[in-house]
Amino acid sequence: MAALLGRSFRKMSFPSLSHGARRVSTETGKPLNLYSAINQALHIALDTDPRSYVFGEDVGFGGVFRCTTGLAERFGKNRVFNTPLCEQGIVGFGIGLAAMGNRAVVEIQFADYIYPAFDQIVNEAAKFRYRSGNQFNCGGLTIRAPYGAVGHGGHYHSQSPEAFFCHVPGIKVVIPRSPREAKGLLLSCIRDPNPVVFFEPKWLYRQAVEEVPEHDYMIPLSEAEVIREGNDITLVGWGAQLTIMEQACLDAEKEGISCELIDLKTLLPWDKETVEASVKKTGRLLISHEAPVTGGFGAEISATILERCFLKLEAPVSRVCGLDTPFPLVFEPFYMPTKNKILDAIKSTVNY
Amino acid sequence: MALSRLSSRSNTFLKPAITALPSSIRRHVSTDSSPITIETAVPFTSHLCESPSRSVETSSEEILAFFRDMARMRRMEIAADSLYKAKLIRGFCHLYDGQEALAVGMEAAITRKDAIITSYRDHCTFIGRGGKLVDAFSELMGRKTGCSHGKGGSMHFYKKDASFYGGHGIVGAQIPLGCGLAFAQKYNKDEAVTFALYGDGAANQGQLFEALNISALWDLPAILVCENNHYGMGTATWRSAKSPAYFKRGDYVPGLKVDGMDALAVKQACKFAKEHALKNGPIILEMDTYRYHGHSMSDPGSTYRTRDEISGVRQVRDPIERVRKLLLSHDIATEKELKDMEKEIRKEVDDAVAQAKESPVPDASELFTNMYVKDCGVESFGADRKELKVTLP
Repeated sequence: MAALLGRSFRKMSFPSLSHGARRVSTETGKPLNLYSAINQALHIALDTDPRSYVFGEDVGFGGVFRCTTGLAERFGKNRVFNTPLCEQGIVGFGIGLAAMGNRAVVEIQFADYIYPAFDQIVNEAAKFRYRSGNQFNCGGLTIRAPYGAVGHGGHYHSQSPEAFFCHVPGIKVVIPRSPREAKGLLLSCIRDPNPVVFFEPKWLYRQAVEEVPEHDYMIPLSEAEVIREGNDITLVGWGAQLTIMEQACLDAEKEGISCELIDLKTLLPWDKETVEASVKKTGRLLISHEAPVTGGFGAEISATILERCFLKLEAPVSRVCGLDTPFPLVFEPFYMPTKNKILDAIKSTVNY
Repeated sequence: MALSRLSSRSNTFLKPAITALPSSIRRHVSTDSSPITIETAVPFTSHLCESPSRSVETSSEEILAFFRDMARMRRMEIAADSLYKAKLIRGFCHLYDGQEALAVGMEAAITRKDAIITSYRDHCTFIGRGGKLVDAFSELMGRKTGCSHGKGGSMHFYKKDASFYGGHGIVGAQIPLGCGLAFAQKYNKDEAVTFALYGDGAANQGQLFEALNISALWDLPAILVCENNHYGMGTATWRSAKSPAYFKRGDYVPGLKVDGMDALAVKQACKFAKEHALKNGPIILEMDTYRYHGHSMSDPGSTYRTRDEISGVRQVRDPIERVRKLLLSHDIATEKELKDMEKEIRKEVDDAVAQAKESPVPDASELFTNMYVKDCGVESFGADRKELKVTLP
């Protein structure tokens, strides 16, 4: 059934180094999955800054996805602790801690539950520095939340709410695509002097395995990466969706279409220059994300590229995204932007 | 280690079930509705109100019905467990076994005009409201014949004709909704109340306190029921709440603490609460209960509590066993009759599962139905706006 097909794509390992990819670190390391890479990043963050704290629901025993394993044992219950079930309170508390110069790494158990905290993030965290004329800030705040489809998550364990947060000046939104990226990006987010929302693709927690260097390293924010070079069409995505997009690129190559794939990594503020340069080269753009198409972040990318590259575009910007419905239960395979939908869109854009 | 601390606290769960024994006169099974009075084993504790009497008026018919309904709910949950492990139920599945007394006790005290709204642990509440087993299993397996037409799943059972406002996935979100229902009931002069159920984890949500304030301010007939099964997923109450006396957390709102494993005590408390709410406004009921399964099927349920604790509660406080003892000690039924009843129920559940397995999944067009009401004319696009394009009905 379609459900089985959809899931088998996710088991592929990550884009190899051979396509002209620009990498921060070409070192090898131990093969780790996503939750272990994030765990390592958290260990390093707490180790290097004695005023950093990790808290959230159930993080003490390691968390529901095991991202916080071993932290409480190593750094103590005063620095790694559980909170009651109150997202609004948790984030508000984190903002306060950060305002006193600490690094607060807050975990929201699923991105679907982040909405009670939305007011705190939008009205408090994002505007703190601005409204106090730089007297105060909560830059030490990093909010981590697992997001995205997982095959059987249904309405409340599968949402991709990144678009809501990309609309808020004052915070940053970062989404890693793989274990190696996640570790470097998370360390950058924690150390960035701005409040950051870090969405982790939950489907990849165990499925994605990659060599991750064991030392402390950071991957810069607001820098997109071309992970596959091509000439005919530019594809832009983030998170788990990139694996699907890469499958489509490989299939398209068999039909003679050369695809360039860009991982945006940071959605707010996003690297317009890299995408612009790529679209000026290829003349075509396709954006893909799991969130519903209307008002999704693809719309922002499309509008900006249109402004910057209008005369170079050979075809309308294509968006292959989730449908405009709540994230469904049994209909997940129909809802998702699958490889075939992307492939069809690539072909119709190229043949426009 | 944390677990050793848990086992010493688990003694609080093991309160012996003492039942008062009147003189035993042989009574005819199940058709006798003449009143019997049973004393609850555990007294009620109250906050800002009087406790109801420990003497509960009931009848052989009612106690037998409790047994039958609870046994049915228990069987259903166990069947759901197997179906989940067989991957016929996907997604999330939160089981209620251990807490059945709450569902049946509440129903015995109220009518179908009174509304119930609860969290995602809603299978038994749905059955209590008159839901059919086959509808429940169909919904769990995502079939068209399910109570929410296969679109909701385990966490979203609803039954409009029985005033069951469902099954909610977001913790605590149903509480303000419940208070809104109560407001409507008061406005319409329905002489009915709303029971808004939530767990000990949800008791720390800000929206609960907002709802309490509004309900108290406007004297709404809202009964907020905290199903305290002592664990918010994996977190014990003593680790998440400064004051685990949830019945007192309403501050200015009266509260009652009830032995939630005793169906008769639950019935008495709900009856009391309904009378109170209709006259005086909101009241909190804290039901001291326990779940045998983990938080959901993804949770083994044994990493944060000992197996001894679980089996201890099962031996000493199991709601079905308690009612079985009552039935036997009052000569309302024999052991064999009860065992036969359980066999029948097992067959009933198996038949319902088999029937549900045969039902079809919803049609793909259902992906787009029930988003908006007609005449909205919004279009929903598939990939690149050229393929799948539907105008939402």
